[in-house]
Amino acid sequence: MSDVIAAISSGLVQSGIGIVRVSGDEAAAVCDKVVSLKGMRLRDAEPNRFHYAHITEGGRILDEAMVVFLKAPHSYTAENTVEIQCHGGPYLMKQVLGAVLRAGARPAEPGEFTKRAFLNGRLDLSQAEAVMSLIRSENEFAREMAMRQLRGGVSAVLQEIRRKLLHRAAGIEAALDDPEHYTPEEMTEGLEAELTGWLVQLKDMADTFDNGKMIAEGIPTAIIGRPNVGKSSLLNALLGEDRAIVTDTPGTTRDTLEERLRLGPMTLLISDTAGIRETQDKIEQIGVDRAEKKARESDLLLLVTDGSRPLTKEDRALLESTKEKKRLILVNKCDLPPAKGTDWQKSAGKNPVIHISARTGQGLSKLREAIETLYDYGEITQKPLVVTSLRHKLLLEEAQASLREAQKSMAAGIPEDLITIDLMAAYRSLGLILGEETSDDLIDAVFRDFCMGK
Amino acid sequence: MTENEAKRQSFYDIAVVGAGHAGCEAALAAARLGFRTVIFTVSADSIAMMPCNPNVGGSSKGHLVREVDALGGEMGRNIDRAFIQSKMLNESTGSAVHSLRAQADKRRYSQKMREVLENTPGLFIKQAEVSELLFENDGSIAGVRTLSGWEYRCRAVILCTGTYLRSRCVYGEVSEATGPNGLKAATHLSSSLEAAGIRLLRFKTGTPARVDGRTIDYSRMEEQKGDEQITPFSFENTAEALERPQVSCWLTYTTEETHEIIRANIDRSPLFSGAIRGTGPRYCPSIEDKVVKFPEKARHQLFLEPEGLYTHEMYISGMSSSLPEDVQHAMIHSVPGLEKAEIVRNAYAIMYDCLDPAQLKPSLELKTISGLFSAGQSNGSSGYEEAAAQGLIAGINAARKLKGEAPLILDRSEAYIGVLIDDLVTKDNTEPYRMMTSRAEYRLLLRQDNADLRLTEYGYEAGLISEERYQAFLRKKEQIKSEIERVRNTYVGTGEEVQAFLERHGSTPLKSGASLEELIRRPELGYECLAEIDPGRPIYPREVYEQVEISVKYEGYIRRQMQQVEQFKKLEKKLLPEDIRYEDVGSLRLEAIQKLNRFRPRSIGQAQRIAGVSPADIAVLLVYLEQQKRKHTGHGER
Repeated sequence: MSDVIAAISSGLVQSGIGIVRVSGDEAAAVCDKVVSLKGMRLRDAEPNRFHYAHITEGGRILDEAMVVFLKAPHSYTAENTVEIQCHGGPYLMKQVLGAVLRAGARPAEPGEFTKRAFLNGRLDLSQAEAVMSLIRSENEFAREMAMRQLRGGVSAVLQEIRRKLLHRAAGIEAALDDPEHYTPEEMTEGLEAELTGWLVQLKDMADTFDNGKMIAEGIPTAIIGRPNVGKSSLLNALLGEDRAIVTDTPGTTRDTLEERLRLGPMTLLISDTAGIRETQDKIEQIGVDRAEKKARESDLLLLVTDGSRPLTKEDRALLESTKEKKRLILVNKCDLPPAKGTDWQKSAGKNPVIHISARTGQGLSKLREAIETLYDYGEITQKPLVVTSLRHKLLLEEAQASLREAQKSMAAGIPEDLITIDLMAAYRSLGLILGEETSDDLIDAVFRDFCMGK
Repeated sequence: MTENEAKRQSFYDIAVVGAGHAGCEAALAAARLGFRTVIFTVSADSIAMMPCNPNVGGSSKGHLVREVDALGGEMGRNIDRAFIQSKMLNESTGSAVHSLRAQADKRRYSQKMREVLENTPGLFIKQAEVSELLFENDGSIAGVRTLSGWEYRCRAVILCTGTYLRSRCVYGEVSEATGPNGLKAATHLSSSLEAAGIRLLRFKTGTPARVDGRTIDYSRMEEQKGDEQITPFSFENTAEALERPQVSCWLTYTTEETHEIIRANIDRSPLFSGAIRGTGPRYCPSIEDKVVKFPEKARHQLFLEPEGLYTHEMYISGMSSSLPEDVQHAMIHSVPGLEKAEIVRNAYAIMYDCLDPAQLKPSLELKTISGLFSAGQSNGSSGYEEAAAQGLIAGINAARKLKGEAPLILDRSEAYIGVLIDDLVTKDNTEPYRMMTSRAEYRLLLRQDNADLRLTEYGYEAGLISEERYQAFLRKKEQIKSEIERVRNTYVGTGEEVQAFLERHGSTPLKSGASLEELIRRPELGYECLAEIDPGRPIYPREVYEQVEISVKYEGYIRRQMQQVEQFKKLEKKLLPEDIRYEDVGSLRLEAIQKLNRFRPRSIGQAQRIAGVSPADIAVLLVYLEQQKRKHTGHGER
């Protein structure tokens, strides 16, 4: 029996296709929770063939992908393996990986696929030394990265929560080990409230993951709209507002898939910029399909309409199909007389509406402010508690799950000795984020914090 | 004069050095498994002596006694013979930490154990101080020599030297080279061990004063009675058969005055003068330690516990000390109820040599000396129960070694004994090791109530459990299984009687039928109270009901732990070659190489628990093992 591990195996760079690799006996069963093939389960699908599939989580389609199920021993690791080939780009790949991990896989340790490949006889003896040195170097690299990703504030807060968790657990243990000195009841007094507090703290921290990460890495953004509303001019205007384009020389943008665009202190990653420009040249059929696809690949939508004309059927369709997304409705051409009888705010629902003019640059600063608000920019940057590593986020979620279990147990009157099991599980998850060894902490805390013994 | 006497030499299979709680179990196991065994003691009158607390069991230690019993050891049966009070601790909390403790009549405990030893065929008691180990040319053990020069040739030696090696007792300015209770110290063996390349540690522990019960004013103390329903330690015994009158313990507290006296005299502690060296157990701090370390505590509990029915002596639990005699007098007299107490024995600290247990295999044999085993306080543990557990395992494994069989090694998921030994041989122990429930990561599975279910099979295989007892065990197991089946498949409807029953117990009425199992799981209900609406319930012993209740009620938690155990076992089964050279592995970090060499772990699992060995090192080791395997089997290329 090997447990199921998963990782992005194509590297976290912008590329056409990204591969999420999932390996282990139950790889297909785990993937079946997020991969939906037409009319069948992946584990029943013909192996070693590509299948078209949707990657979904919680009913939401994350991406379209080509998925292949490689049956043991015909895979890199010689185990059952699923490879999900999705659209490249760090944002989307992490979304897909996150879904697979929540479905029951665990993140692969550095070098683990190769380790398994060797242990399963897939690599020959002469490669053993290379495998060992790879494991070592990848682990050292990963540890360094993890430390770098851990901002000072986060570790201080986590350490504080861990300290309190340990004190609680130690108190209960002291009562169990020396029942004539302490009672479990006194040791769990007020614990419920404390649990609630920790849960809020951990949740807040985990919640910064998406926004924080995007502020750090750039917000995947798509500009959509029917033809001739001014998408291209908007892009030009945005680029013109701040010449600090991070990648590529201006003028060659036509060929790039993604543009890094600095908007004040934030970075937008605008995908398919070539596509946006192209649309000027062609009589196009950019319909809802294409907008949906773009919407899936990005976190922020800038939906552009033409303020000088009434809403068209196409506009409405776009507004409707993207209403679940994080989006801003940009009413362009505000330098022209507005079309009569159009209530933009009403059609935009609760999303902010910003009147701009891509031609004159009017309203662009409002757009920037709106994006900052949308991403809690001020709040996030003032909070030092930003989590940017997916692994850290998952561990935070694990810790929360353990604490919720403890809460449930307390409510159900489950004995205290079981509650410490959950407390210590949370303690360990948080310890993994901090990269701390935990083996004898509990015993040490029992003796340090409580007067024990005969 | 026979030839042997002329040579001053005798022949045995196994020699056990020391007749405390470890030594007795080791010698009994060895002899019961058919080996001619000699057990040495510095005083034949001090066999299975309890030089400190007058009780057996308690939190997590009770588990150890139960496990010793399930494996066929003697401690459980013996305390059942000698107890004068029985108490189940932690009853308000989960069943995993229920823990049995019994007050012992110390003399009776010792006498009864001696009787068992004396009546075991092939087991012989010698009052003599062992001064030297004897070796074969290949370095394996050949026997022991006593101070008088007599040689006992044998094939295995088990060291159970307790606190006797170069022991020194200290209080105040008094420092004597004696063992516990003023017994003779063993002053010669340490140097023989060191000469054999064995690393020794210097540990210390202590014991409180004893006072004359006739001079105690019990009216100023709280009475602590035993349980009305006693619980036997041994799975062989029934509560009914052990009925007897119980005696009480008494609770009192130190006072502000006590603390004042201690603070005023703390500089007279031998710890300050440097007369005491060695590391004491954090679990049994002296009263001066407690007062210094926890200045915010206004008072500390003290329990007055009878030393036995034969004496008025009372043990002051909680007041271990090495302060001078006059300070001891003053502080004892500052305690309510002890104002006029006459002191029988002073408290003292004791320092002694023990082996660094990192030198041991999990079988308790030394890694470097074939046939030499060690158990108990000589391995750096503390406590009678910890000692007995190791003694039993060492005895079994010495016997198995002579039979050419693989050692009995319990892992952390099987027994507290497994946790105890694994901790001893895998961690850097800097103080006497005491068992604690928090050390057992799978404690939900390692309950005192199911020790027999976990371990009887091993005891039977080892040859220490009788056929009769084994058959009874199998019956019990079967009954539990069938009763769990039954409650799972027995449904109660929504009849009036059922709803009324639920209402009475503050439980939500049923909307549709439910199995008994589901009802047992409700926090406000339990197996026992459901009898009322469960007419088909078969009549089984109470222990069977108890197992059913626990298995059903905590099924979720138990299942989760079982899954963890499954993962755990995988790495335990991956054994590391005994001759592995970590320097040659490559890609291991330097710290890992040093630690791995220090502990020489048996399995990948054990290696993983060594502080300083990282997950990446473990991954590297796994790849290395596979590489070696392929090299040797010639399946290198594919």
